[in-house]
Amino acid sequence: MAYSEKVIDHYENPRNVGKMDDKDPSVGTGMVGAPACGDVMRLQIKVDETGVIEDAKFKTYGCGSAIASSSLATEWMKGRTLDEAAEIRNTQIAEELALPPVKIHCSVLAEDAIKAAIDDYRKKNDSAA
Amino acid sequence: MKLPIYLDYAATTPVDPRVAEKMVQCLTNEGNFGNPASRSHVFGWKAEEASENARSQVAELINADPREIVWTSGATESDNLAIKGVAHFYKRNGKHIITSKLEHKAVLDTCRQLEREGYEVTYLEPGTDGIITPELVEGALREDTILVSLMHVNNEIGTVTDIAAIGEITRPRKIVFHVDAAQSLGRLPLDMNELKVDLMSFSGHKVYGPKGIGALYVRRKPRIRLEAQMHGGGHERGMRSGTLAVHQIVGMGEACAILKNELQADAERAERLKQRFLGQLDGMEEVHINGSATQRVPGVLNVSFNFVEGESLIMSLRDIAVSSGSACTSASLEPSYVLRALGLNDEMAHSSLRFSFGRFTTEEEVDHAAAQVRAAVEKLRDLSPLWDMYKDGVDLSKVEWVAH
Repeated sequence: MAYSEKVIDHYENPRNVGKMDDKDPSVGTGMVGAPACGDVMRLQIKVDETGVIEDAKFKTYGCGSAIASSSLATEWMKGRTLDEAAEIRNTQIAEELALPPVKIHCSVLAEDAIKAAIDDYRKKNDSAA
Repeated sequence: MKLPIYLDYAATTPVDPRVAEKMVQCLTNEGNFGNPASRSHVFGWKAEEASENARSQVAELINADPREIVWTSGATESDNLAIKGVAHFYKRNGKHIITSKLEHKAVLDTCRQLEREGYEVTYLEPGTDGIITPELVEGALREDTILVSLMHVNNEIGTVTDIAAIGEITRPRKIVFHVDAAQSLGRLPLDMNELKVDLMSFSGHKVYGPKGIGALYVRRKPRIRLEAQMHGGGHERGMRSGTLAVHQIVGMGEACAILKNELQADAERAERLKQRFLGQLDGMEEVHINGSATQRVPGVLNVSFNFVEGESLIMSLRDIAVSSGSACTSASLEPSYVLRALGLNDEMAHSSLRFSFGRFTTEEEVDHAAAQVRAAVEKLRDLSPLWDMYKDGVDLSKVEWVAH
């Protein structure tokens, strides 16, 4: 299968690879997918006091498109507020990376991971308050 | 070193230059282009001589009578002719067929078709080592069993079926035994005088011959009858009509003649290269070789790199041509049904690659490939949340995944 140049770029040089302490109250973690389906994404955000995502990290088990989708998601989330980040849509990711139809599910998974990370952060901080 | 490096000899092989040289002599106006069925002139006689010589070359490699070799378009057609041909011819004796879940699609899909026609098929399940044992076959036999069809060597994992022992079970019961030997010809010696196998499928392009040519061995003593699947001029003793493709036939014949002398050297070389490759993966964690460790052919290796996804692994291995699963099914995103039949879970099946080494593989290529595999696996594990969890001691089978 031929991959787009952007997918290859993110795959060769993934941005923001890493892991944050998921117990840190300023960190939200979203893990979606299942090994049996061939992809698992873990996306983490660190949020400052003003509600802005100051850092984002990911690790992904999956095909090149899944890795690129999550890498791109971290790039787009950094510097946005939680509400702004929640507006990122899978269609934007798919379009940016020129994903073929069989790989659209990778961008859907990335959107799910973004939402899960934001939910996790909000849940943690609502219960703390 | 020429890049990319071809490590997919189980999918197909390049035509040996010695084979190609013989083939081009059977094409043009200056060459041996005649129709072997033309009885009235020298062009036909010469073409017939060439195709009969090739028939003898195939027969000699497997210690058979040349009259037991039927030319086909490849192993898929040979499988179809053998299975449907026997099922239709012997249907009065019964309508039960035994095969296995590990077979090539050419066998499985043919059996599915026969099920639609009212036959019953038992699909044997192997153990975790991928071996269909004689005991499994014996346990599935019925009064109305007419055919057992099993592959000699599995195309995805390289395991070997004990066809000698299975033949001892089928022969006294007068059950026809068909073996798909597409992957074993050229890797293992075959002696039809010893083996109690009645029908055997072969492919030209797996043995450094051309694509589009294969053969079916059809035993004469005891005589096996087949209903033709291709009707026409009655070529190949009525079993397979169609003008003989002399250039391809000559190619397959020459490929077999070369193997007669070089099979042993080829096998030793492939095994040496496989061991060299494996040696360089030594020390890597969570690397599993699929299929029996002992009952296997040289040169084919199926490896699971746990916590790494196969498609992204292939994407990193840009200098190496390997396959995830078999070429026939890798167009789909489904994990290999062969690996699933061994009891591998989905993620291990998703994480597996097949490396196959052959006549033109060099040590330098193997070394380069192994280094690239190591680097790619390490890179992808650094990217893998599953690897993190494994390292943290999390039991992945107990995690509640958010499936999609």
